[in-house]
Amino acid sequence: MTDYRSPVKDALFTLRHVGMLDEISSSERYAHADPETVADVLGEHGRFMQEVFAPTNRIGDTVGLKWSPEGVETPAEFKTAYAKFVEAGWQGLNAEAEYGGAGFPEAVFTCALEFMTAANGALTMCPGLTTGAIECLQAWGSEEQKERYLRRIVTGEWTGTMNLTEPQAGSDVGLCTTKAEPQGDGTYKITGTKIYISFGEHDMAENIVHLVLARTPGAPAGTKGISLFIVPKFLLTEDGEPGERNDVNCVSIEHKMGIHGSPTCVMSYGDDGGATGFLVGEENQGLRAMFTMMNSARIAVGIQGVALGDAAFQKALQYSQERRQGREVGGDSKEPAFIEAHPDVRRMLMFMKSHVEAMRALLVYNSAAIDLSRALEGDDAEHWREIAELLTPVSKAWSTDVGMEVTSTAIQVFGGMGYVEETGVAQHYRDARIAPIYEGTNGIQAMDLVGRKLGMRMGGVVGEYLQRMRDLDGELAAAGEEFASIRTELAAAVDTLEGVTNWIMTNGLANPVEALAGATPYLRIFGTVTGGWLLARLALGAKADLEGADQADVAWLNTKIASARFFAEQVLPTAAGLVPSVQAGSSVLYEVTPESLASV
Amino acid sequence: MNVVVCVKQIPDPADPGALDPNTKTLKRDGKLILDESDSYGVEMALQLVDAAGGGEVTLVSMAPNGETAGLRTALAMGAAKAVLVSDDALQGSDALGTSKVLAKAIERAGQADLILTATESSDGYTGTVPEQIAELLSLPSVTFAKSITVDGSSVKVQRQTESGYDDVECPLPAVVSVTAGVVEPRYPSFKGIMAAKSKPVDQVGLGDLGVDAGSVGWAGAGQEIVEIATAEARAASTVVEDDGEAFQKIVDMLAELKIV
Ligand SMILES: Cc1cc2nc3c(=O)[nH]c(=O)nc-3n(C[C@H](O)[C@H](O)[C@H](O)COP(=O)(O)OP(=O)(O)OC[C@H]3O[C@@H](n4cnc5c(N)ncnc54)[C@H](O)[C@@H]3O)c2cc1C
Ligand SMILES: Cc1cc2nc3c(=O)[nH]c(=O)nc-3n(C[C@H](O)[C@H](O)[C@H](O)COP(=O)(O)OP(=O)(O)OC[C@H]3O[C@@H](n4cnc5c(N)ncnc54)[C@H](O)[C@@H]3O)c2cc1C
Repeated sequence: MTDYRSPVKDALFTLRHVGMLDEISSSERYAHADPETVADVLGEHGRFMQEVFAPTNRIGDTVGLKWSPEGVETPAEFKTAYAKFVEAGWQGLNAEAEYGGAGFPEAVFTCALEFMTAANGALTMCPGLTTGAIECLQAWGSEEQKERYLRRIVTGEWTGTMNLTEPQAGSDVGLCTTKAEPQGDGTYKITGTKIYISFGEHDMAENIVHLVLARTPGAPAGTKGISLFIVPKFLLTEDGEPGERNDVNCVSIEHKMGIHGSPTCVMSYGDDGGATGFLVGEENQGLRAMFTMMNSARIAVGIQGVALGDAAFQKALQYSQERRQGREVGGDSKEPAFIEAHPDVRRMLMFMKSHVEAMRALLVYNSAAIDLSRALEGDDAEHWREIAELLTPVSKAWSTDVGMEVTSTAIQVFGGMGYVEETGVAQHYRDARIAPIYEGTNGIQAMDLVGRKLGMRMGGVVGEYLQRMRDLDGELAAAGEEFASIRTELAAAVDTLEGVTNWIMTNGLANPVEALAGATPYLRIFGTVTGGWLLARLALGAKADLEGADQADVAWLNTKIASARFFAEQVLPTAAGLVPSVQAGSSVLYEVTPESLASV
Repeated sequence: MNVVVCVKQIPDPADPGALDPNTKTLKRDGKLILDESDSYGVEMALQLVDAAGGGEVTLVSMAPNGETAGLRTALAMGAAKAVLVSDDALQGSDALGTSKVLAKAIERAGQADLILTATESSDGYTGTVPEQIAELLSLPSVTFAKSITVDGSSVKVQRQTESGYDDVECPLPAVVSVTAGVVEPRYPSFKGIMAAKSKPVDQVGLGDLGVDAGSVGWAGAGQEIVEIATAEARAASTVVEDDGEAFQKIVDMLAELKIV
């Protein structure tokens, strides 16, 4: 089976046609990230990932991790790959230049993170969470914390973690009970137990900087009383080097369905008198700080959908050209055909291809909106901040749900061999299954979209967004017959989304339960329509690029148009089919009880 | 110490290659990349310059359409500058034509103590360019180096052979070809990639090198591709049924193929 290849060309194409890279790099903030430099950077990054990270993916899955009271041992290949990653300086790609980062746009980082995740999703959890820690400390850390911690995290020498979850506090972080008591010297004693902490303990870096949510004495109940602390595995000496061991320990790791190479740790704080913690920002402002981290982390998890979907698709595409089975219908060969010749297999290939492209486009567009909100000023900045906020739950939930479907479809292409671990395609499916759960379950994302995002500026934000999708109609009309079905289906799909959005806003105001009951299918419609719109833009971009294109690129560009057409003709119409399930309301859900649902 | 490394930029071997039916040669219109074979030479050169405590690595390449993608990879690894020869008249150059051009380009690159190449390229693999360059420059030629140490004005090479290696020593400057896989080529760091952007690439045509267009390209090629044919489909494999003696049949077969 051929190995993963980083889709650098696709990424650059997406950045250009929906990622607004020209606009981003013509701003002062991102002037260094001109398209040519971005091509060089992503080209080398992609090669590094396919040559250094990808070969360790199966090892992580099969060898896995070893826990002992001394810590968690990762496979030797992980340590080598991670050391090379640090040496090459990739951790700092999107970190601010002031503390040693390269200050590249999020949109570019999104493409890089896709390559890493596809190459080895479990290993990438570590630099992925470290990126969250960087964003959080950049935004909320004190000058001293930035000097002492952030610099070393940006290089990748030290890694970061995110400690929210506790046994009784999952989706509802407000139930957090970990305690933080001021010691009178500016430090705090942290005691409590955190669970499911990714890379909470490992042997790839010389220090681990935990960002921990905890409650100070007398803090208000719920999310208003949560504060954020830095708790380093090794306390720093005067000159900033790792010194004395802090009282934080990994007491066990979970046995999981997938991401076997990513330690999911139960972390115990203060078994031996209390772990020393340092407040980040102000007391009771912890959730705000965590949210800085969570927005980038949500996009990062959305990327897992694209990345694992593409890794699985690449394998399936290859297999479909190697496996012979059945005669080609209408063909004259007596030999069994390669399965790619069968209509149903073609359909699966197109389903995967178009969804991977749609997910990538969504994540790049969402990230580009973040970049423009930082690079521009005034109303323009505000506009893009709103778009980014609106799309984040969709990026996370839609992409991870679709990621499941794409990795599952890839298994289907393999037939029985897909269910056999040997081919490696099953791993992508198992690895992808966590993504709809962590970083706020997809159910929570749907509630966020319906309950918070639609209401932004009294529906003004979503209204403008719908209008923007409609505005593509003129260009599609001018693009001729080839784009006719894309145009018709997109217009119908935007109508559908608008109608159902109005329904949610009207009924949700009257009775939130009605809106929440349909939140998940609503998010699905939102994602599907957005995907179709972005693919239409990519197709228009491909059409423009076809003029004067190298011979070598013609088929590649035409495939972009075909992919958008497939999605428009076969996927966009499914949006309308979901409308009844959004608008059904909640009554049928509560005509039953959990007891009555049991069949005995 | 200054080292010149010849680096070829080739179509990505991972992309399906295609032949041009008119010229009967490999299509090279897509993006080219650094030939992996040459990444060992670049790494070796960087290590030698490092060990010498000074000097720089200069790249020399001949490629169509002003292609620099592969050069940029090598510059990002740490080479200081490059000479790129690109000229429409070079189309159809054979190995000798290429060597003539590279020899001139090496001279243009400035005083070199050592010239490195790979033993053979991944796409053309005639494995004859290094020796021809040495001849054209009247320099000693050492091939199949697995390790190189420079000692003042001479170079010591462990030269790979089928059964082991020869120790070879010769005066500098010299042309040494480096065997693939003998060092671990570094990956360009992010800083290296950014630094490469401002490193000079001296792009020249045949006129700048004083090479007569008639002596290279199709015009000067002493070789001609007469015909290209589809490779025969692999013959069906031999199935050996195990009757308790199968191992002997396999051993015999391997012996026949001179593998054992
Ligand atoms: C492999 C792995 C790695 C992880 N890494 C980290 C990490 O690094 N750091 C960290 O802090 N945490 C981490 N987590 C924890 C993860 O974020 C939580 O599991 C997740 O937030 C869900 O919480 P829970 O498991 O308690 O589920 P619950 O909150 O118990 O949810 C159970 C179900 O109820 C639904 N539900 C809950 N509340 C509501 C509601 N109000 N309305 C509607 N539906 C609701 C959910 O959608 C879900 O379907 C990780 C988890 C795993 C499995
Ligand atoms: C029909 C035909 C058409 C061609 N058209 C073109 C063309 O349009 N433009 C063009 O530039 N070349 C062209 N070439 C030249 C060709 O790409 C090779 O450079 C040349 O034939 C050397 O052969 P090789 O790869 O077998 O060298 P080998 O002897 O196998 O190479 C050994 C080492 O020599 C060095 N070396 C070889 N070639 C180069 C090079 N080009 N640049 C830098 N170092 C090198 C490398 O270190 C290489 O690893 C053409 C060749 C042929 C036969």
